[in-house]
Amino acid sequence: MNIMQPGPFKAANYKSDVTPVWCPGCGDFHVLLSLTKALAELGAAPENVALVSGIGCSSRIPAYTNCYGFHGVHGRSLALGAGLKVARPDLTVLVMSGDGDGFSIGGNHFLHACRRNIDMTYVVMDNRVYGMTKGQPSPTTEPDWDSALSPGGTGLSPFHPLVIALASGANFVAREFSGDIKGTTRTIVEAVRHPGFSFVEILSPCVTFRPDERAWKTQTHVASVEATDDPARAARRIMTDDGFNTGVLYRGRRKPYEHHVTDRIVDPAILEQEFAI
Amino acid sequence: MLKQTEGSQAVAEAIALCRPEVVCAYPITPQTHIVEGVGALVKAGKIENCEFINVESEFAALSVAIGASAAGARAYTATASQGLLFMGEAVYNAAGLGLPIVMTIGNRAIGAPINIWNDHTDSMSMKDSGWIQLFAETNQEAVDLHIQAFRLAEELSCPVMVCMDGFILTHAYERIDVPSQEEVDAFLPPYDPIQVLDPVEPYSIGAMVGPEAFTEVRYLAHEKQLQALRRIPEIGAVFKDVFGRQSGGLIHSYRTEGAETIAVALGSVNGTIKEVIDGMRDDGAAVGSVSICSFRPFPLDELRAALVGAKHVVVIEKSLAPGLGGIVASNIRMALRETAVPVYTVIAGLGGRPITMNSLREVLEAAGNMRLPDVQFLDLDHGAVEREILRAKQTRRAGPTAENILRNLGHAAVAGND
Repeated sequence: MNIMQPGPFKAANYKSDVTPVWCPGCGDFHVLLSLTKALAELGAAPENVALVSGIGCSSRIPAYTNCYGFHGVHGRSLALGAGLKVARPDLTVLVMSGDGDGFSIGGNHFLHACRRNIDMTYVVMDNRVYGMTKGQPSPTTEPDWDSALSPGGTGLSPFHPLVIALASGANFVAREFSGDIKGTTRTIVEAVRHPGFSFVEILSPCVTFRPDERAWKTQTHVASVEATDDPARAARRIMTDDGFNTGVLYRGRRKPYEHHVTDRIVDPAILEQEFAI
Repeated sequence: MLKQTEGSQAVAEAIALCRPEVVCAYPITPQTHIVEGVGALVKAGKIENCEFINVESEFAALSVAIGASAAGARAYTATASQGLLFMGEAVYNAAGLGLPIVMTIGNRAIGAPINIWNDHTDSMSMKDSGWIQLFAETNQEAVDLHIQAFRLAEELSCPVMVCMDGFILTHAYERIDVPSQEEVDAFLPPYDPIQVLDPVEPYSIGAMVGPEAFTEVRYLAHEKQLQALRRIPEIGAVFKDVFGRQSGGLIHSYRTEGAETIAVALGSVNGTIKEVIDGMRDDGAAVGSVSICSFRPFPLDELRAALVGAKHVVVIEKSLAPGLGGIVASNIRMALRETAVPVYTVIAGLGGRPITMNSLREVLEAAGNMRLPDVQFLDLDHGAVEREILRAKQTRRAGPTAENILRNLGHAAVAGND
């Protein structure tokens, strides 16, 4: 543990001693690495970072760090994160989710978190499948992907999280590929620093139930144009791209949610006394 | 046809035989195999005229089923644990509207702390929603209860939950007699709804009802359950005529003749209890057991008749009402009101903790020797509990209980499953 350890920090300072149970080759390993690198670059002490998650493979990530973690019920991570951030605006809050947790059962909160524009970062590890329950379609799954729970495919148009985020008022929108550690790290850093609600979709392959996603390594490419602050322009680009361009796609200028709770930073000596350290 | 198969798969086949018209599916452990099994049968063309919908949440699953049922379709869904809680508002809605939906519950604990294993906390949370709740003792009974459930639900226009223990039944492979389509068709007539979309008289359901009529509507929901008390054994008898085996009914008594101590339980643990009863009977103890199949409606009269001759009633229950003790035991006390029969609560099997024959025998013997407290927790680790209570006394900032207990027992606290 690195409680109250002075910086500077390295990525290793943010890792817990819990061994991830993800399948070998899961993209989420890379997201964990990028996240810890980003936190080190941000220089946020582990005890000043809160990671909030819901249910699913990706939502296990808080336990693999030694930041504050909250593993909530399925789909409610954004609402939990909002509560945490308004009560403790001094903390760096990242909500870590997956496409099932975030866009399906928790889809409603996604819209309103974007609208509310609380200063926190929403990272969704999108593998286009429910991995933990062993291979059912999620809202981002392709319409022709066949499974027992969607005989012959869902036939449904996939959910487009980036456009939804933009249309709902997110202040920062980016897409990354988990295998691009440098790019993902850089984008998480920028997302955390950007005021208001930042949304980062990370294409993170599920090699067990979607082995075809291994191809993302070659399909993804860095966006050839600079991020814009014009939502209409960003929407047009995002809706017409191939779904695999990465990087920051939109940097908004909306005023973040105004906090009314005073920061409650206390003297470490009092904490030490309370916790009998 | 007799086959060696998984409980979930057999239930999926039973659902297919009941010719559902709308099936709503959302994955949650340990129920997922059932809806996946139904999906595979739809894909294989084994269910005609069936709309299989993969939805975005459990709340959506039951809401879609409510819409389908209101439109006159035979509707089915399944869930477990957190999924049942999440659909809670729709659970009450379906019952209040009197829509005969059948839903399987793959019984599982409720978090926090997150736990994917079996107990009955999920079903118990909805015991007063107005749904009929049937508990399967075996996978054969789970198959049979689903077939009976559609008939019962549709006759009374009341939704039915068929509860089967997660993993212990849902994931167990055993010999199961899955009936033929002809047999099921002979038993289960096509759905004849009491509410239809009548083009002559379009109407809106979901009325706002004020104090002038709310009690009457609720009373009628209660009255419907009382009708079910009569119909459940009758439907079980018809089922026996068609399928040749006894399944369902209100309660099953086992070796209760002359029994001084009687164990009562819901679901699959009755198998273990019967083994214990056999062993104790062999040793000369006067013990028996009663398995409750219909928990809602609650068969007060039948239980009273089965238990009133006992000296001790021990209720083994896989759920806990914190601050009270046992839910099933409280109901049993209602059945035994104005008698002197003591009813003990034994909370067992929470979050998947094994219920062993040795531990069961100990509590049954303790009851016989008047040494059982009103509420007992089977195999509770008193040391771990005491250490945590002490810790909480010593420091205000004791931290989260679950993580402390795990650390205390030498486990790393890890994230869960869904």
